[in-house]
Amino acid sequence: MSKENSYSVIGKPRRRVDGADKVTGQTCFADDIMLPRMLHCKLLRSHVPHALIRSIDTRKAERHPGVKLVLTGRDFPNEYGILPVSQDEQPLCREKVRFVGDPVAAVIARDEFVAEEALELIRVEYEPLDTISDPVEALKQEPARLHDYSEEGNIHKRLSYEFGDVEESLANSAHVFEDIFFFEGNTHLPLEQHAAVGVPEAEGRVTLWSSTQCPHYVHRAVAKALDLPMAHVRVIATPNGGGFGGKTDPFNHEIVVARAALMLGRPIKICLNREEVFYCHRGRHPVLMKFRTGVDVNGALTAMHLQTLLDGGAYGSYGVASAFYTAVLQPVTYHLPRYAFDACRVFTNKPPCGPKRGHGTVQPRFGQEVQLDKIADRLKIDPAELRLNMVEKPGALTANYLKIGSIGLAECINRVTERSGWKDKYRKLPSGRGVGLACSSYLTGAGNSIYWNAMPHSGVQLKLDRSGRVTVFCGATEIGQGSDDVLVATVAEILGIDPLDIRCVTGDTDLTPVDLGSYSSRVTLMMGNAAIQAAERARDLIAQAAAQKFGADAEVIEFAGGRVFNTGRPEQEMPFQEAVVCAEEIYGSLGTTGSYTPAPPPGKYKGGGVGPSPAYSYTAAVVEVEIDTASGWITVPRVYIAHDLGRTMNPVLARGQVEGSVYMGLGEALMEESAFRRLPARLSGALVHREPSMLEYKSPTSTDMPEVITDLIEYPDDNGPFGAKEAGQGPLLPVIPALANAVYDAVGVRIDEVPITAEKILQALDSKARGGSGRVGPAKFPELEWPEPYRVPPPWEGGDGNAVNKPQRKRAAKMHDMDRFRKVTAS
Amino acid sequence: MNKVTTLKRSQQQNAHIGCQVNREPVQVSVAPGKTLLEMLREDLQLTGTKHGCELGECGACAVLVDGEPILSCLYLALEAEGCSIDTVEGMALDGRLHPLQEAFADLGGAQCGYCTPAILLTCKALLDKQPDPDRDQIREALSGNLCRCTGYQQIFESVEEAILRLDHSEQGTDLKSVPGSGG
Amino acid sequence: MMRLPRFHYYRPRDIREAALVLAGEENAMVIAGGTDLLPNMKRRQQTPRTLVALRHLDELKRVTNGSGLVIGAGVTLTDLVQDRGIKSAYRGLWQAAAQVATPHLRNMGTLGGNICLDTRCNYYDQNHEWRKAIDFCMKKDGAICWVSTGSKTCLATSSTDTAPALVSLGAEVELETAHGQRTIPLHELYRDDGIHYLTRSNEEILTRIILPDGAGTRSVYWKLRRRGSFDFPVLSVAAAIRFGAGGAVDEARIVLGAVASQPVLCDSASEFLNDRSLTDEVIEEAAALCARAAKPVKNTDFSPHWRKRAVARLAAYALQELRGDDMRATREKIARQAL
Ligand SMILES: Cc1cc2nc3c(=O)[nH]c(=O)nc-3n(C[C@H](O)[C@H](O)[C@H](O)COP(=O)(O)OP(=O)(O)OC[C@H]3O[C@@H](n4cnc5c(N)ncnc54)[C@H](O)[C@@H]3O)c2cc1C
Ligand code: SF4
Ligand code: FES
Ligand code: FES
Repeated sequence: MSKENSYSVIGKPRRRVDGADKVTGQTCFADDIMLPRMLHCKLLRSHVPHALIRSIDTRKAERHPGVKLVLTGRDFPNEYGILPVSQDEQPLCREKVRFVGDPVAAVIARDEFVAEEALELIRVEYEPLDTISDPVEALKQEPARLHDYSEEGNIHKRLSYEFGDVEESLANSAHVFEDIFFFEGNTHLPLEQHAAVGVPEAEGRVTLWSSTQCPHYVHRAVAKALDLPMAHVRVIATPNGGGFGGKTDPFNHEIVVARAALMLGRPIKICLNREEVFYCHRGRHPVLMKFRTGVDVNGALTAMHLQTLLDGGAYGSYGVASAFYTAVLQPVTYHLPRYAFDACRVFTNKPPCGPKRGHGTVQPRFGQEVQLDKIADRLKIDPAELRLNMVEKPGALTANYLKIGSIGLAECINRVTERSGWKDKYRKLPSGRGVGLACSSYLTGAGNSIYWNAMPHSGVQLKLDRSGRVTVFCGATEIGQGSDDVLVATVAEILGIDPLDIRCVTGDTDLTPVDLGSYSSRVTLMMGNAAIQAAERARDLIAQAAAQKFGADAEVIEFAGGRVFNTGRPEQEMPFQEAVVCAEEIYGSLGTTGSYTPAPPPGKYKGGGVGPSPAYSYTAAVVEVEIDTASGWITVPRVYIAHDLGRTMNPVLARGQVEGSVYMGLGEALMEESAFRRLPARLSGALVHREPSMLEYKSPTSTDMPEVITDLIEYPDDNGPFGAKEAGQGPLLPVIPALANAVYDAVGVRIDEVPITAEKILQALDSKARGGSGRVGPAKFPELEWPEPYRVPPPWEGGDGNAVNKPQRKRAAKMHDMDRFRKVTAS
Repeated sequence: MNKVTTLKRSQQQNAHIGCQVNREPVQVSVAPGKTLLEMLREDLQLTGTKHGCELGECGACAVLVDGEPILSCLYLALEAEGCSIDTVEGMALDGRLHPLQEAFADLGGAQCGYCTPAILLTCKALLDKQPDPDRDQIREALSGNLCRCTGYQQIFESVEEAILRLDHSEQGTDLKSVPGSGG
Repeated sequence: MMRLPRFHYYRPRDIREAALVLAGEENAMVIAGGTDLLPNMKRRQQTPRTLVALRHLDELKRVTNGSGLVIGAGVTLTDLVQDRGIKSAYRGLWQAAAQVATPHLRNMGTLGGNICLDTRCNYYDQNHEWRKAIDFCMKKDGAICWVSTGSKTCLATSSTDTAPALVSLGAEVELETAHGQRTIPLHELYRDDGIHYLTRSNEEILTRIILPDGAGTRSVYWKLRRRGSFDFPVLSVAAAIRFGAGGAVDEARIVLGAVASQPVLCDSASEFLNDRSLTDEVIEEAAALCARAAKPVKNTDFSPHWRKRAVARLAAYALQELRGDDMRATREKIARQAL
């Protein structure tokens, strides 16, 4: 259990440092930036799903009164993309469009209205290509290929790994369960629509303000796409009006306004409308999955073979990482002696998928936890017992070489089962009412950066002076999760001062040390550790100075309550500010830095870089449902959730993260869906997002949200600042399978597909009434040719983290040679 | 047509609008066809009012017109003539936050803060009419404001806390009573 | 930011002036709350050259008692919901109004606008760019119906919540032009045609809604939608019954919403109920008749198949509530609010 909390700031409920700004309308989001002489930009987006661009005629638009500039793909020299292995995006499409919404031209004008009028005047001639709407079509032998660099046809990437002889274990298992699940795609839907402002600076430099979660990655992309030295580009992340992973990629509109600002010498703003936000997407991949799982007579796992098929949409985005994440975290929750996985991501003519809260792990977690429920049901074991019996041990190294620290999962399970009255409810409620349980784990920060380098993942700088004010600089980005608050609280704790005496400057690539960004739940841990280091260094300097003044040893100097004192002689004390003056007198201007680099992962095999994390969080949830059997109508009255976050930094914010995750999980479980539509083929080649609007993309309202009973469980992790792990993503994961399991408990049908809607429940009830399976879900997983797996023996089978074979990999076609292309178009 | 003496606004000329914004008289010249949302943000630089869809589908743009919460994205600026408009910028009085603002800042009612201005105003209108609403009434009053961050629970708690503070006209917060502060 | 197209704007001093402008200007439309018209204009589904504003006309905002009740077309849905008389005497109407859109939209939206609400379809209620991507349909700028490519008419769905309730209550509406006025039963205002869904001429202004005396009649409204707020109905059942002595049905009127381009009167079910007591069997039978009358098409949320199945269930709930059953728990689950 958690140690007694002896901190003065950490763990105390406190108004977040940016709270007052948020409630007064003072927080300046990207679209709130209004600058003198500012112009406005709108993008012309493709209305065809897949086509070659024959020609673009912008002459009429250029002549339209109020228009200052029209840009097309020719104005941009280079490709970009978030991962080094998939630099496949262009700021404006040059030769090809790949989905409805892909941008082909930009108009910069006096105001948005004029820019919009001018868009209508641009003529684009397209030569349509065949379209790919789903993985089955993508896997067909000769489809129109979206990208030349894909592994084969429209297969973007295939992965294959084996940690021990899974087939042997399955053959020797008491039971083997085989299940297929489907998880429909969905999107982040941040309330704030993406916006960016490009501002020209002297000598050909440019500043870009943007609602981005990752200013550092945007910095790299803008410099690359525009052929600018990174030193000439400054990216400032504005506070995000919600991100959830939807603002972690560099985006075409950001690069376009940076370019336009440089060309026109005036500030340029773009704010996307809601439909365009749906086209930015990078949301949850639709994933088809097949689990073959062996268990012993007690239901404990013996081996698992997981196969996943991801519908990636039109571009790479984080896709290769997403594919890994659909598999790598399975062994982190329960002890799994042997494990194998295959993952395949394909390209389709739809907006690109990417990282959404729980990146890639949400879909297989749904499958695994529902399958465990089926196993428990068949073996007549209580699902809570089944799980408690095989919770992974703290400090364990998993079959795939992930190093786990603290694990509070057993307590999480116990807490939610107690709170919910599980023992009196499971299989005991009247028909139509049910409870379901599920668990999960999640990363606290990816162990590796998205591009290979040996530099820190987070840097923090501290400036102190005679005013007593401390300013802390960090590249991290406030997206609502409270990263500014964690930063300030950490420094305040160590220096023993009031958080309100600290100013933080974040997310500015000119002013702040690099932090990789607000994704993969990395900020609290990585930035927190860097902040601790910077603050401890400052504290040491001040302690030295104070010690001199007191004529004491630096070791006896303590910091608390805004004062610095000698623990041995309490009468020797002074205000923090005076102590800083002493330090400034001795050392001159004061500044310290801190940084954090995760330890290298134990898995040394190729691909072993995705999955390692300094710490893993754990969650358990019980969901209650009520179902009207005549219509399938489903209601969720209550959700019980317990989350092991290591250490609570600020309970108000932590609970907000957990409840927000429950909310988003319920939305995905019940109603959210990024569905696409084709029209009758003989009449139309259209392939469109079915409902790119706030009204038809169903996000639960205040009336749809159940009561949530939250428990924060603290199992401090040695790697976390003060022991803290993440809280912003993990709690989403168990909600979805727990709901599916509750449906089974209530009415005895299995919905092996997300979202779980009234229609599907009714269909399953019908099937059951007719003596059928009482199941709705995918029937089969397509036959796929997998590459030879990397064989890595698990640690307990003599493995050392290396693969014992050298599988041949087909070399991916070389990425489009951009410079060559530029020369061709320019000539 | 010559019998009609009706006020007509042509689509070309700017319209001059006189109204009260945050209790102060305002004269503003706006392009015809602008919504109240556009007028507030673009012509009066009151960017505290947000937008998430501009089609009436999210609630982020809510402001009070004559005390009633309405969606400024579906309200013609022209029709604000003579009206009294309240935006989030006007909620604090004499540099002191409204108890709703205090409670939202303290209790997690604002996460990213993007839905917050509209929610605060909606709650203010509710409390102005009904000082002591129960959870269901708060839930119903806020059912036109989407929030993607909080799951609403801390928003409800913030409103309930504000009601208590309004009752006791208390300043300062006893954060020890914050739910979820246990571990 | 989604921007409105350009338009002329009139603020008439009274209904007569409004009617004159409407008749005199080419391609003019009235705007009341604007909660339907303005989104449609932003999406370029409707592009009137001239708007004639009604918001400030006090004569449209009155609720007056006569032998029944006369409600001005400009009364907002919030005002209607807050009217105690309506809540007690015309409960079905009250329940319908209380479930329209969201509280904010009800503060703006009017009863007249709700009655004249444009029909809806998820191939049509989309931005201009999206409609261009599928190629426009016949309701606006195109020639084909994407819901049913063989259809000669548009099948867009009548999505007004108050209309089914008003029709079940036997409401009449008064329409005024510069030259005169006429009063018709509300159901005659509608046509089963997604484009020409109203029999109202462009020059007519809906001024008043007239309800017969509500004494002795009980009414209810059940609405189905994905979320407890925001969403238009994917199906609704309005029912009004006058019970005779002994508790048998004297007169019943059941109307379905969101299953055609107009509110659908379930005559067979209504007639079946006459002189019968609302036993469980009678309710099931009547509910099944209702389901038969519904022909939802695939242009709203949820599948038509499921919506059709749900008709019987919702109709049964409506009749059970009219019988006096305590339906609050069921309501709470379906409507996600107490009504
Ligand atoms: C997100 C969202 C959700 C919604 N959900 C629902 C819902 O659940 N149920 C529902 O029923 N509606 C819903 N609506 C639609 C709308 O808000 C309501 O129908 C509202 O009552 C319309 O009234 P209004 O005064 O705003 O109409 P307006 O937009 O002003 O007018 C609507 C139409 O009626 C015409 N009109 C208005 N008044 C008159 C008159 N007196 N005489 C002749 N013609 C007239 C207009 O010319 C226009 O064609 C929703 C709207 C939005 C944006
Ligand atoms: S029903 Fe057909 S014609 Fe009517 S709006 Fe829909 S697609 Fe268009
Ligand atoms: S901006 Fe979404 S409702 Fe107005
Ligand atoms: S706090 Fe982010 S949308 Fe509500």
